[in-house]
Amino acid sequence: MKLIKIDQQSWNTGIEKAKSAYRVFGPVKEKNDHEFKLLEPNEMPDVHCQNTRLSPKSIIYPQSQIMFTYSLDESKEDCRIMKEVENVKSPMAIIGVRPCDALAFPIVRKNFDTPEYQDTYWIKAYEATTFVGLACNNACGTCFCTSAGTGPFGEEGLDVLIIADGDDLYAKPITPKGESFIQTAGWTMKAEASIESRIEELKTSAESSVTSSVPTDQLKNKTTLELYDAPFWEQEAFSCINCGTCTYVCPTCWCFDVQDETHGKSGIRMRNWDSCMFPLFTNHASGHNPRNAKHERLRQRFMHKLKYYVDKYDNGIQCVGCGRCIRLCPVNIDIRKICDKMNNFDADSCVCEATSS
Amino acid sequence: MQNPYLPYPVRIDEIITETEDKSLKTFKFVFLNPDDEKKFAYESGQFGELSIPGLGEIPIGIASSPMEKGFIKFTVFKTGKVTAYLHAMKEGDIMGVRGPLGHPFPWKTLEGKNIVIIGGGFAFTTLRSSIISILDPANRSKFKDIHVIYGARSPGMLLYKDEVTAWAEREDINMNITVDGTDDPAWKYLTGFVPTITEQKAPPGNDDTYAIVCGPPIMIKFTQPVLDNLGYSHDNILMSLENRMKCGIGICGRCNIGKKFVCKDGPVFTLSQLNQMPKEY
Repeated sequence: MKLIKIDQQSWNTGIEKAKSAYRVFGPVKEKNDHEFKLLEPNEMPDVHCQNTRLSPKSIIYPQSQIMFTYSLDESKEDCRIMKEVENVKSPMAIIGVRPCDALAFPIVRKNFDTPEYQDTYWIKAYEATTFVGLACNNACGTCFCTSAGTGPFGEEGLDVLIIADGDDLYAKPITPKGESFIQTAGWTMKAEASIESRIEELKTSAESSVTSSVPTDQLKNKTTLELYDAPFWEQEAFSCINCGTCTYVCPTCWCFDVQDETHGKSGIRMRNWDSCMFPLFTNHASGHNPRNAKHERLRQRFMHKLKYYVDKYDNGIQCVGCGRCIRLCPVNIDIRKICDKMNNFDADSCVCEATSS
Repeated sequence: MQNPYLPYPVRIDEIITETEDKSLKTFKFVFLNPDDEKKFAYESGQFGELSIPGLGEIPIGIASSPMEKGFIKFTVFKTGKVTAYLHAMKEGDIMGVRGPLGHPFPWKTLEGKNIVIIGGGFAFTTLRSSIISILDPANRSKFKDIHVIYGARSPGMLLYKDEVTAWAEREDINMNITVDGTDDPAWKYLTGFVPTITEQKAPPGNDDTYAIVCGPPIMIKFTQPVLDNLGYSHDNILMSLENRMKCGIGICGRCNIGKKFVCKDGPVFTLSQLNQMPKEY
């Protein structure tokens, strides 16, 4: 492990240097929360931020994104012909991505970058980006990353991992992209060999601070229909107001809508984040809706993350354990509890399950 | 990297009003760039996204057959925002088409087999494409007996009337055209609902016989037990589904049934497959 030590001074100068080669994003304080923002000159990412309110997914996959432009001016030759918007991405670097949020990108990539179709918008932004992670020394009460395929020092999806030990920072390059970021930042000081055991200590202590453990090992063994027909969905959805907050704050939710917007004689075709919590998401033009009831929509969200994705990709669950949906749900729906119910569900004894609760 | 959301520009070459209530029109499109027609190489059973700038896109089954060159055809029921606008468009207007999308009927599997095509109402579009393909002299010998049961509410609601009545005169296809009811004394075809006619006219099921069923949910619901009674295995019953779609390529997330996308993994599924999936369609 080639660790680089970064003191406070070279951290600041390094980030400034990086800004000349990358559009640098990082967590900054916004009112009561932190958000990822494009950093201004001399603006520093806040490495003491526990985590941002929203994940950094919008940097790669904006909530609203123009795909095409068109003209409805009959005097123009290209009238009613869709034109691609320029889609050249200059290098970006996101500083301070927590390992949970970092893992979300390779998960989401499975949706946008497939053997048959490549989503040019997502892929170009993703490929232009260097992910500079920040290890967590202390988990929140809602974190369960260690049950979701990563951990407070997880590296998947990252190009560099930054580890903070008091005021000292250490950078661990993970990919060639990460090495070139470190080079651009001018961080060259080799860390003393003894730091490795210190970092192991920090890692162990961070992992033990994740108190939620959510077993997912049985999800694959259940059949889709037995989980789909499980008796607990209506009860779990009872308090749900279908606000969609869980889907908007989720780093792995990727669904979108496509809309045309015309101003005068010109317009744009854009895509906007959409949510399986909304009835319109699946409503047919005929009025028929395959997921008309709210419990059917809640079931879709959890079945997608904890069963359909699991079966389709054999890559664990479509959840990174960041806990945002738990913290921000206005009615306290808890994915850990639902995952537990699904993982432990026994169709043969479902009568007891239904009557006991 | 090719942008899979970019429609090919097309010109509306011809608009045919199919039904007496004018709710169904067939649009014949010609690609503005001839190369795009080659890129749009399709098989019967696939669909396309019709794209109208300013309105949006709609997923519609391809009604033309790959054996018909120089154009593509879609028959569209007027029902929502985009279809209503499309119905008001004129020949010569420019719009877009994306595709071909989804999987066709499994033509390789169907080779050497008897095929029973059961269609109702305006779900007959990809079935028309299929029949044109099967009856083409280059293809007909690849298949054994072809039975068609096609039902509409009334004679005036039949799609592709000239074609289906011409097929009824042929020896190499067993056409059963039916309407729910009519007071037209000149009506010389069948009267009765599709499941009833299927019971009377479809050959018994066996390993060498496949049924393709497309129609409104009520028709499918009552046809399925008939096919069961006739001895069709659920592996040999093919259905084409519809769900609300946007991207058409398995990315936007809304048309899933369990882990399958109707757009990318379908729209054609066997009844065996559907039996293992939630009923979210």
